[in-house]
Amino acid sequence: MKPKILIIRVAGTNCDSETARALEEAGASVQIVHTKRLIDRLLDLSSFHGLVIPGGFSYGDYVRAGAIWASKLYSKLMDEIVSFADSGKPILGICNGFQVLVEIGLLPGLGEFGLRSISLAPNDSGKFECRWVYLKPNGSNRVFMKYYTPDRIIRMPVAHSEGKFIASNYILKVFEERKLILLRYVMPNGSPAGGVYPFNPNGSYMDIAGICNVDGNVMGLMPHPERATYLWQYPDFTSKIYGELEYAYGDGYWIFKSMCDYIIEEII
Amino acid sequence: MRYEVINIPPEVYIFHISEFSDEELIDLSRSLRLNLNLVELRSIREYFRTKLNRGIFDLELHSFSQLWSEHCRHKVFRGLIVDENGEPIIDDMLKNYIAKATEKCNKPWIVSFLKDNAGIIEFDDTYSIAVKVETHNHPSAIDPFGGAATGVGGVIRDILGVWASPIACIDVLCFGPLDYPMDAIPRGFKHPKYLFRGVVKGIGFYGNNMGIPTVAGAICFDEGYVGNVVVYAGCIGILPTSSYKFSSKPGDKLILMGNSTGRDGIHGASFASSDLKEDSERISRSAVQIPDPVEEEKLRRAIIRIRDEGLASGITDLGGGGLAVAVVEMADRIGGGARVFLDEVHLRESMLPWEIWISESQERMLLMVPSENVDRVLEIAEEEDLKTSVIGELTENPFIDVYYHGTLLCHIETSFLLRPPKARYVAKWYAPKLHEPFFDEPMDYGDLLCKLLSSPNICSREEVIRTYDHEVQGNTVIKPLHGDYGGPSDAVVLKPVSNSWRGVVISVGVKPWYSRIDPYWMAASSIEEALRNNVCVGGRRIAILDNFTWGNPEKPDRLGSLVRAVKACYDFAVGFDVPFISGKDSLYNESPLGPVLETLLITAVGILPDIRRAVTLDFKYAGNPIYLIGLTLPELGGSQYYRLMGYIGSSVPKVDVKSSKRIMELIIEAMDRGYIKACHDISDGGLGVAISEMAISSNFGAEIYLDRVPRVDVNRNDVILFSESNGRFLLEIDKKFEDEFCELVNSYGCNAGRIGFVSKNSRMVIHGLNGNVLIDLEVELLRKCWKGGLKL
Repeated sequence: MKPKILIIRVAGTNCDSETARALEEAGASVQIVHTKRLIDRLLDLSSFHGLVIPGGFSYGDYVRAGAIWASKLYSKLMDEIVSFADSGKPILGICNGFQVLVEIGLLPGLGEFGLRSISLAPNDSGKFECRWVYLKPNGSNRVFMKYYTPDRIIRMPVAHSEGKFIASNYILKVFEERKLILLRYVMPNGSPAGGVYPFNPNGSYMDIAGICNVDGNVMGLMPHPERATYLWQYPDFTSKIYGELEYAYGDGYWIFKSMCDYIIEEII
Repeated sequence: MRYEVINIPPEVYIFHISEFSDEELIDLSRSLRLNLNLVELRSIREYFRTKLNRGIFDLELHSFSQLWSEHCRHKVFRGLIVDENGEPIIDDMLKNYIAKATEKCNKPWIVSFLKDNAGIIEFDDTYSIAVKVETHNHPSAIDPFGGAATGVGGVIRDILGVWASPIACIDVLCFGPLDYPMDAIPRGFKHPKYLFRGVVKGIGFYGNNMGIPTVAGAICFDEGYVGNVVVYAGCIGILPTSSYKFSSKPGDKLILMGNSTGRDGIHGASFASSDLKEDSERISRSAVQIPDPVEEEKLRRAIIRIRDEGLASGITDLGGGGLAVAVVEMADRIGGGARVFLDEVHLRESMLPWEIWISESQERMLLMVPSENVDRVLEIAEEEDLKTSVIGELTENPFIDVYYHGTLLCHIETSFLLRPPKARYVAKWYAPKLHEPFFDEPMDYGDLLCKLLSSPNICSREEVIRTYDHEVQGNTVIKPLHGDYGGPSDAVVLKPVSNSWRGVVISVGVKPWYSRIDPYWMAASSIEEALRNNVCVGGRRIAILDNFTWGNPEKPDRLGSLVRAVKACYDFAVGFDVPFISGKDSLYNESPLGPVLETLLITAVGILPDIRRAVTLDFKYAGNPIYLIGLTLPELGGSQYYRLMGYIGSSVPKVDVKSSKRIMELIIEAMDRGYIKACHDISDGGLGVAISEMAISSNFGAEIYLDRVPRVDVNRNDVILFSESNGRFLLEIDKKFEDEFCELVNSYGCNAGRIGFVSKNSRMVIHGLNGNVLIDLEVELLRKCWKGGLKL
């Protein structure tokens, strides 16, 4: 049986089809559904094994990136989403999806839902930033990161205006202790970006690009793994010879693959 | 002026046009801002006097104003052009130059050209590619953010308007110099820096929000754009070829979908067809529309669903002239008429009937739907949170009937609304009096190269391109910024179909500087450059689009230069055997500073059979030989080098079609055989800049010997380094295939020189004609110069 994964969308969501393609490549059966259908109870969230909130500019990102979509989810679907997460099923938020998970409080999920304890603020550069970054993954998360060996440096593109990760020192400490930071921006040689632009493209505290909740089954990240699923998506693939490359897929693919594996091993 | 008012309500004016004198006609056009000329007004008077025998409603007058505008009818391109003695030069440039070139090329893979909302060519057996490029110059001059954003939104709707799903946006922008003195800006006009920031923001805003990658383009800076900013916005889409059809018939319902209609964008089409003046902003602010990309994103979803379910018989976007233009053109297409009830249109605010009829509010589409499918279409719209109105239907009776509150406010034959009297214009081209400058060879070539690399028209566009999402949809294979160093890709490649390796190659050519010397060779160079760029990554089977931005065509010198450029389009499209599939002209780009620098944008769309074979410009391996293909001539007129030295010159680069075409064929064959590791065209800034860009994009350097450059009549280092002769390419050849490559070059009979090799040490070393070292610089320094030239 294939993992059944739901991608939700609203007006302004625009990364749903390439995200579906990447998930299907990783072995999932995917449905893209307007959030309205869930709110109208035309579809049951619990019938799926995984949930992905994709990138885009939901409702034009008015007010704050992801805020309006989040308020709809929080007011109409929060119970279903919380029990989905509590049952151990994976939830992945990419870019705008990460912003939504933060807005509804599912990430970091340390306090009360609906209250934001961390924030994805406007980039330090004051601009939209579309660029490839180097990342150091934290392989200790088995749900999304199991394919990344400890020394691996991976690449994916970011494309956002509001991706600067901000949290209090207390929360950052909890993150570090509990190993909840899953992706960090690094220099091409793997040393910490240390906030240096453009390696850290937005000024995120501690170079944080992606995090998970305490249980490890809810992840949010600013980079776009669906745009680094195939090698031909890489900005310099013409400089390489295929045989020289370690994997047939791009780095982003392995997040989706890990998620599907986890569903097959733990959920189905 | 004789008129009456009826109150239906609101108040509607009826003018007794049959009794109007010529002076009254002109007065009428001026007071209602119709922008109609006396010939056109007389023709309307005649029609109402003889055929209808009644007064004309204000709504009817405004219909003519929009439908007969230059923007909508291309009166200049369609008109008769004569010399100052009244002798005909050319009748109907669109038909006899542009369309004729396409017909001569006679390509079986063209699905639709020069008639629908976009040009369409086959992609493979199943899919087709739709392409359209528009200008939005006048609105961007008034409101750079809104003007540019709605320009993008408009051209995306053109793509939706042929049932295609948008896969990429392109934009070419021209501004005055960013350091232009503030006090030299004419009153009522905006500083280039303000326009630059606003336009870039507007373009990113629309594409990013809608999730369409903005992948290609160009930015030009010149004094000739201070009074007239130029904004070209283009969109490329993909559609199953079988879904491109038009089967509308009388009785089909007209469904208006999308944004509510409001007072924005009234008279946009006629505003775009007049010169910019000091008070343009005050008078025409309402002609600029308001952008809402999220609304258009919803439209895209709905339209693709309606297409896939086969529910509609026809579709068109609402652009210039609003409902009036869309409805009349659709009625004409079925050879019939239409009945429209303006009360049904969903409105944002209370409006007069004629305002509803011509408003250019954004994010609206018009669908023709057979009655039995109307409910399903409305259901899909509802699911996507879109507003819709069934506003009327197509009719067999060939009249456009527009009702408001039960009163008939327009009743005119469809064909008359679309056939303005044939226009006649006078053209005369004056060759400018220019001289080739004489000066000694410069001393410090390293310094010169750095200055050129950081000059506004050559330096990296990274600051701008990073603010555009050029990766969304995940199909951008060759990106505008190549590799870690953000090298300047010659063309971009998209892979639009998941289970196919076939790619679409998009490139542009724009050489406005040569217009100062001769618009004929400017146009030829623009076409050649667009093709060259496309070939650099492996593009073939190329189709092109033309977009003219010119001054007031009613002035003979402006039109004279336009005719020269259009003639060149014919000559070189036929010469290169590349068809025009779409095009657009924006005229009346005039300000108190004079006409815009005459600009022709050529957009080229090619096919790459397997994207895994794409070639990029960055050096790949140290030790590989570097070849320069093509001849270098003393052609520095209008070059970036002369500009830096403060000259224009007269030796404009020409195009030798035969040899250039041969070279392009050679390169494609060498690529397919795997000989070419890197390829870059020689363009602005000549060989010096092109070779630097290849190194800047890589971890390598190069050792170059100028005495080995194939050339004619050139014996100065600066001419070899900076001449902008067309038809030249730089190639990095795989060492192990060098002999085979040379054999191939010989068999094609092309001029080629092995000018040096890729070096490991990341230095750019250039040896002059005497064997002396002219330039020896760290590539990192060149990179810094090139990257630091432009700040947002």
